[in-house]
Amino acid sequence: MNVELRPVKTEAEQALSAAYAAARATLPGKGDVAKLREDAFRRFETRGLPHRRVEEWKYTDLRALLRTAYPLAPAPDAAAHARVRNAGGILSGVDRRRLVFVDGVFAPELSDLTEEEGLTIGSLAEALTKADPLAMARVGKTFVTEDVAVALNTALMGDGAVIRVAAGVALRRPIHLIFAASNDRPSASYVRSLIVIEKGAHATIVESYEGASSQINSALELIVGDDARVDTIKIASGRALQMASLLATVGARAIFNSFAFAADAELVRTQSFIRFAGEDTKAAVRGVSLLRGRDHVDNTLLIEHAAPHCQSREQFRAVLDGDSRSVFQGKIVVQPHAQKTDAKMLTRALLLSETAEADNKPELEIFADDVVCGHGATAGALDPGLKFYLMSRGISEKESEALLIEAFIDETIEEIAHEGIRDALKFAALKWLGVRS
Amino acid sequence: MLEIKNLHAEVEGKKILNGLTLTVNKGQVAAIMGPNGSGKSTLAYVLAGKPGYEVTEGEVLLDGQNILELSPDGRAAKGVFLAFQYPVEVPGVATMTFLRTALNAQRKTRGEGELSTPEFMKLVRDTSTKLGVSQEHLRRAVNVGFSGGEKKRNEILQMAILQPRLAVLDETDSGLDIDALQIVAEGVNRLRSPERSMIVITHYQRLLNFIVPDVVHVLAKGQVVKTGGKELALELEAKGYAQFVGEAA
Ligand SMILES: Nc1ncnc2c1ncn2[C@@H]1O[C@H](COP(=O)(O)OP(=O)(O)OP(=O)(O)O)[C@@H](O)[C@H]1O
Ligand SMILES: [Mg+2]
Repeated sequence: MNVELRPVKTEAEQALSAAYAAARATLPGKGDVAKLREDAFRRFETRGLPHRRVEEWKYTDLRALLRTAYPLAPAPDAAAHARVRNAGGILSGVDRRRLVFVDGVFAPELSDLTEEEGLTIGSLAEALTKADPLAMARVGKTFVTEDVAVALNTALMGDGAVIRVAAGVALRRPIHLIFAASNDRPSASYVRSLIVIEKGAHATIVESYEGASSQINSALELIVGDDARVDTIKIASGRALQMASLLATVGARAIFNSFAFAADAELVRTQSFIRFAGEDTKAAVRGVSLLRGRDHVDNTLLIEHAAPHCQSREQFRAVLDGDSRSVFQGKIVVQPHAQKTDAKMLTRALLLSETAEADNKPELEIFADDVVCGHGATAGALDPGLKFYLMSRGISEKESEALLIEAFIDETIEEIAHEGIRDALKFAALKWLGVRS
Repeated sequence: MLEIKNLHAEVEGKKILNGLTLTVNKGQVAAIMGPNGSGKSTLAYVLAGKPGYEVTEGEVLLDGQNILELSPDGRAAKGVFLAFQYPVEVPGVATMTFLRTALNAQRKTRGEGELSTPEFMKLVRDTSTKLGVSQEHLRRAVNVGFSGGEKKRNEILQMAILQPRLAVLDETDSGLDIDALQIVAEGVNRLRSPERSMIVITHYQRLLNFIVPDVVHVLAKGQVVKTGGKELALELEAKGYAQFVGEAA
């Protein structure tokens, strides 16, 4: 009798374990950081890559999707820098501060480090190596989660941005974190950023991810102080695997908006863990995903209302063509003392093809009694009545469809506060549409 | 000139038009009246080319060309315009973008150049002022948040801008208040021209006091059962449809 033994670990899981074993001695940070990595790695070891029987990863079966874990990217050389010179071009028309990361490593030469009052910028690798007190006090503590993608990030984090905006300071221009894969050979990078926006400060932070045949696992720990106003925009594109986790805690009377945009991105998982920790905060968590071919874009939210009188709006839209698949999972948790919470979640998927699939899983977990919470979801094709109306006025079928799709997308993009970024994303959406016809 | 010959059409397998024959000459305004469900809107949709309205027999010639072979946008470029009984709201599409895209698409199909921005703006401004459509409404998405009457006015505004050869007005009067009815009727009357044919579908004689038709047709069970002059509308108002409905096959 021939008993076939199934390996306990998949090939990718074995590669990840080997990568950690090989890199741990040289990864930045000793002592507490090393222990943090070790604990996180053990979490990955016990659980393995998340798969479809793990509720939060039900529709994005990473164990099946990640067949090969690419090796950790080597430190980028001058040639690598040269290859990503135009990275972040999607916002080229916007006056912003570029901070460039090549294969996960901060590239000061490519970045704009001009001084601005109240703004401190550093690299995570440096902060961990020097045991910088701010970094040591914060890293891994902003939003504690058992999530395995975050655990892998913690175990393998190599570099990232460490940014502080001092109390009361309003940044003059957006900060654009550009994560580019230099695309020499397939490689993986693990970036962790730490951004602290102090009391009453204002900032707009953009993260963009691009580059083919690469795997990036990023985590952004974001601390929004009381009375602060923060807008974050995340842009994903490229034939790559991009896993991004936002770990945020938001103080009292803050205004917090986040937006996740994906167009022509192969495999994206954006997970937002956001805790409203102080009262009277107004927040919006939004996103637009444009998919075609076999693209797979997953937006998963865990929104925790941990303080009373906060308002949150969760709005996600996806346009799907070809055999693509979009996933939205939104969980809103209202803690017992978070009375007067007002949370509304709305997701809509526009299906341009019969073989595209949109999965939607909204969840409310409410432990307080005096709250207004709701969710709604729709998925469907373009309204034939609307299309006929436009065509009856002389507009061609293709153009009618394009107008209606553009309208569907723009209604959400319109909510981005920064005009230049808004226009750039509208333009990117138009470009995506243009390829369609 | 519009010639509808022995038109049979069905929707979802249900026969609605049953051999409808009707001619509207150049420059003519033809009123179509008829009981609820007699097929008036169906005729309008068939003319405009709405998907799902299947023509099983007959033809529709506009200036000699069978328009049934054309797509809705092709018909529009040929000059067909339908003012909808229930205009739809198009969220996210700005009214100005819509008007401009439509006008330029039609001009392009006809081999005419696009209108310049100032020319277009002036056209819209002049037309909307005459029809009492405010700038505020023009700034909104098409029909979104418009009242029933405002939507109807917006249809006439589109018609005035697109200058069709054949205009089909499906119950444009319903939902209009007395003043609006007059403004809309004046708008329609301004568009009367020796080069243009119009079909005005209505239930009420009142509209026909403002837009005086050259001819009145009565539709019942998908056929024209009676044709007469404008006094026919008065007769219908007084006596109802009972006398004609029996005559349909
Ligand atoms: N999509 C559809 N599916 C099934 N039946 C339909 C459909 N559209 C119209 N009909 C039927 O066709 C018939 C004619 O409808 P139509 O709307 O043309 O009438 P009408 O003369 O415009 O009526 P009204 O005066 O009420 O506007 C009606 O019996 C209607 O129920
Ligand atoms: Mg009708």
